[in-house]
Amino acid sequence: MSSAWRPHRSRAVRALPWLFLLPALAAELLVHLVPMAVGVLMSVYRVTVYEIRNWTSAPGPTLANYRLAVDFQAPIGAALLRSFTLTLAFTVLVVGLSWLTGLVAAVLLHPAFRGRSLLRTVFLVPYALPVYASVITWSFMLQRDTGAVNALLVDALGLTGSRPFWLIGPNAFWSLVVVDLWRTWPFALLTFTAGLQTVPEELYEAAALDGAGLLRQLRSVTLPVLAPVNRVLLIVLFLWTFNDFTTPYTLFGHSAPPSADLVAIHIYQASFITWNFGLGSAMSVLLLAFLAVAVGLPLLAGRMLRRAGRGTGAG
Amino acid sequence: MSNPRWLRPLRWALLALLAVFTLLPVYVMATSSLKPLRDVQGRFTWWPTSLTLAPYSDMWHTVPLARYFANSAVVSCAATAASVVIALAAAYALSRYRFRGRGTFLGVVLSTQMLPGILFLLPLFLIYVNLERHLGVQLYATRTGLALTYLTFSLPFSVWLLTGYLESIPRELDEAARVDGASPPVVLLRIIVPAAAPGIAAVAVFAFMTAWGEILFASVLTDESTRTLSVGLQSYATQSNVYWNQVMAASLVVSAPVVAGFLALQRYLVRGMAAGAVK
Repeated sequence: MSSAWRPHRSRAVRALPWLFLLPALAAELLVHLVPMAVGVLMSVYRVTVYEIRNWTSAPGPTLANYRLAVDFQAPIGAALLRSFTLTLAFTVLVVGLSWLTGLVAAVLLHPAFRGRSLLRTVFLVPYALPVYASVITWSFMLQRDTGAVNALLVDALGLTGSRPFWLIGPNAFWSLVVVDLWRTWPFALLTFTAGLQTVPEELYEAAALDGAGLLRQLRSVTLPVLAPVNRVLLIVLFLWTFNDFTTPYTLFGHSAPPSADLVAIHIYQASFITWNFGLGSAMSVLLLAFLAVAVGLPLLAGRMLRRAGRGTGAG
Repeated sequence: MSNPRWLRPLRWALLALLAVFTLLPVYVMATSSLKPLRDVQGRFTWWPTSLTLAPYSDMWHTVPLARYFANSAVVSCAATAASVVIALAAAYALSRYRFRGRGTFLGVVLSTQMLPGILFLLPLFLIYVNLERHLGVQLYATRTGLALTYLTFSLPFSVWLLTGYLESIPRELDEAARVDGASPPVVLLRIIVPAAAPGIAAVAVFAFMTAWGEILFASVLTDESTRTLSVGLQSYATQSNVYWNQVMAASLVVSAPVVAGFLALQRYLVRGMAAGAVK
């Protein structure tokens, strides 16, 4: 049996890695790549609920769905643009705040002290809780009359005279930001905690000898050393937040208030509530194109910068 | 890193504030689950007027919670086991062989992580329905189909993390075993798996949490008999009368196994991520 695996059989050896990759490849093909291709195809047909079983008979191929989605004068395009801008603002807020909170907490938890590991564990709880369970708790807390948030802000602290609504109206946006921040920042903490352990203490000692205080050490030692980790973290946070469906869906149910109409919810509604699958697919493809550019460009720029830096360093 | 004196009072103030923010929902969940119904229907109270365990017994009857629980357990366990095995095999090939297409494979797999789920939800639904109609393969509204879907959600991260982890295991170990006549699968099982145990644990936790918490695909790819907890918990809230105390009790019960597992294995996750991040 073992002789079949001798490293001299060149064809067998060349096929070997692919044999190990085959299951992963098959699963990715079935669940991601083929459906994605089907989704792109559907976006150029006018697929509604009537053609859904036999969607290739739908009228097309046509760019009508795309025209509808990007016609910002018409209601559908205008609503999509609004949802997109809203999602972008939401993402910038949540990612920025999560990044900052995670970094500050990781730095505060870096020196050893009593209770440190307990605190680290506590801070990971939002990350460990199933999203729907914690977000459903938030939706209970944000109820106007029976919730803990108004009990704290209005009844205990007396910050406002009347009880505000948190799950409808303009406040819904801020509720969503707070809940998503609550859920996301522990991941930044986890990443920074792991990253800080890889920064050699000698670098800090050298910086301290040069008179650098904590903030200067952070800026000139920690962040440059952690730049690769940081880049991955920001990309992951961006993608999670931008594509988030679970939080708004659990917080608001099927129809999110206009102030919290994130793009994932918007497309879900375009597809499954109004049954216009072709249009929903076109919106998804546009979203994917945006994500590819938003994530791809910084990566590419980073690579080119590093190459340029290495070039001047060598010369 | 220096630890200046001015930071000390600030350290405790900030950490205390963060701890309160973090634990507030947990506190509300725990205390509300012990309240009688009238307590959760009126103004919020920070402590139950009378403690009761009734929500913990009633929650099983208001909705078929036990069935949702069993479905979630079966789907999540199957997805986790499959994801770990498949990712391990792929990571082994990626860390031990240099071959044409290696970079492309990694790139494609990792980029599927950034696909918005909404993009392939409907096509996947159609594919599952058609596989059943034409080939008799039952994936739609089955636990197998859901497990198959979920395993691919954790696969990219698992492959990435395990590849980094395996590359930190010295090749001399498996080369020595190869010289002794062991085949690659044997090397994988006898040498790599024990050495990579912390990484495998981290990946397993991640895969389980991913499957246990997923809601978008569960809402479309299940029916009443295969419904999982993520969708099932919503059915307390869609009743005209919301039994918030039961919702909180159920949330606590469905969270407990995941949180316990995660907290027990979190140091492996941190270490695994550190090993992966260094790459």
